[in-house]
Amino acid sequence: MTIYTVSELMCVVAARQLEDNKSVAVGTGLPMAAAMLAQQTHAPNLLINFEAGGVAPQLPTLPISVGDSRTIHKALMATTLVDIMDIISRGYVDYAFLGGAQIDKYGNLNSTMIGDNYNIPKVRFPGSGGANDFGSLAWETMIIMDRHSPRRFVEKVDFITTPGYLDGPGSREEWGLFEGTGPSRVITDLCLFDFDPKTKVMRLSQTHPGISIDDVKKATGFEIKIADEVGVNEPPTEEDLRILHEVIDPNGMIFPKKV
Amino acid sequence: MEILYEGKGKNLCPNTPMDARKFARTKTRALVDKTMPLEEAVEKFVLDGEYIAIGGFGHIRIPMATIYEIVRQRKKNLTVAGHTAVQDIDVLMAGNCVIGVEIAYVVGFELRGLSGVQRRQFESGNVKMTDYTNGSMSFRLRAGVQGIPFIPVNVMLGTDTMRNSPGKVVKCPFTGKKVLLLPSLNPDILIMHAHRADKYGNCQIDGHIVKDDLQARASKKIIVTCEEIVDTEVIRSNPQNTVVPYFMVDAVIEQKWGSHPGNMPYRYYFDNKFTQDYLTAGRDEDPTVIEKWLDEWVYSLDNFDQYLKKLGEDRLQGLVDLEFLRGGA
Repeated sequence: MTIYTVSELMCVVAARQLEDNKSVAVGTGLPMAAAMLAQQTHAPNLLINFEAGGVAPQLPTLPISVGDSRTIHKALMATTLVDIMDIISRGYVDYAFLGGAQIDKYGNLNSTMIGDNYNIPKVRFPGSGGANDFGSLAWETMIIMDRHSPRRFVEKVDFITTPGYLDGPGSREEWGLFEGTGPSRVITDLCLFDFDPKTKVMRLSQTHPGISIDDVKKATGFEIKIADEVGVNEPPTEEDLRILHEVIDPNGMIFPKKV
Repeated sequence: MEILYEGKGKNLCPNTPMDARKFARTKTRALVDKTMPLEEAVEKFVLDGEYIAIGGFGHIRIPMATIYEIVRQRKKNLTVAGHTAVQDIDVLMAGNCVIGVEIAYVVGFELRGLSGVQRRQFESGNVKMTDYTNGSMSFRLRAGVQGIPFIPVNVMLGTDTMRNSPGKVVKCPFTGKKVLLLPSLNPDILIMHAHRADKYGNCQIDGHIVKDDLQARASKKIIVTCEEIVDTEVIRSNPQNTVVPYFMVDAVIEQKWGSHPGNMPYRYYFDNKFTQDYLTAGRDEDPTVIEKWLDEWVYSLDNFDQYLKKLGEDRLQGLVDLEFLRGGA
């Protein structure tokens, strides 16, 4: 039996959501690692874009930043930030891949602050970066959230940084965002969600091995939808783990080295 | 045009596109030598209370030599475009130079976690904030370049990022759908670090341009540091690589390693240990720890060359190896 950590499992489950011959714009950390793993396994033609201007690099190893040298290593284009936003806006980017601090049932993401006074935040986080742009403009938004708990999966986020389905069905379109866009998957340390097509509420689709539907319900601060058949995610293969540790993150920046 | 919603944020940059245009009229079009010591450039062109844009991407191709000099000269009351601001803004804030930030991305050092210095200053309410996004900050610069007072965008809509911006949602006069209008942006000054420039200020960047092209065209003044000053013939033999033309530039300084501890694509990678030590000092609850760091690396040194000497040639050469993936990453 393969021994793996939960962050390795999340990365593998996330990678499997990315189809070959599609394109993705990624945020820092696990989203980058997931896109790299997808490219190294089932999706060799996955086009990876970075907001600082890297298009289709041959990533030698995990970048520290979405703008560092690795993001233009043997790239097909090194361009500008606004050019990447324009490329997404024009409909060439299928997936935005993001993380955040809090999320609600409609997939609205908070990466700006904790607290109720914008001017004096209890905790100030980085803000949107390119996340709001990605989540507004890309066809589908995929989200990775670790530490699945009622504090992070909340009825109402302290600050909507990046739009999910906002107030529910039709709300994005009502505000003037592109039609046919919005979050499609949320990968957590307990499970995989998709979104109920009718209500646009997060829907439990697959649990991780050893996790029950009840575990997910208890860890979530809002009422989730549950798919008719909830499957179980396949654990990482030995080959997945080898790629994660030897190719993607040999220095253990996000996947601590095995002792 | 009917205004359907007004955000409650403030536009922290007072300049209009016309101000920037008038300023451009006063600048020479002659090919004159603009090289000068960095101390002189900062003294002359970075004024207390100004709105400052920073080239590169927060910790990539950032003008750190200029940042340190601004802190050394104890410039005050700056407002900064946080159009992804990481190590650059952090040192400015540690030096208490900043009173306002237009935020797309701040506080985070990406994989390295959050900054203690920035958290303390933002969470105390002492630094004014207006939130935007990386895309929308670029769109605002694009409007500033074009000479139009605002730009319609289709990001931020429906979010608290919009609600805390000065944006106004209007009904599009053509389609009837909602669009968000954001004010244009013309910074007082851009500080940037290029791979090469000539003495007149023609700048070339290798790799991704990020936003330096837009920032340069939108800003009133520009200080350029570069890894090397080259003969103008080098520029003329590859003019397609010129990102910023000389007539926009006010000062040129050759400063090798000028982005340290940042990453300079095709030259040197991050000095991770340096940044980690800096972050640790900034996260200490005792604020004198970061002050001591500033004493050691900024105030007690006369200039960036002394900083480089303190780092030592071996350490800097190691960053070149990392950049070219020699001996680990």
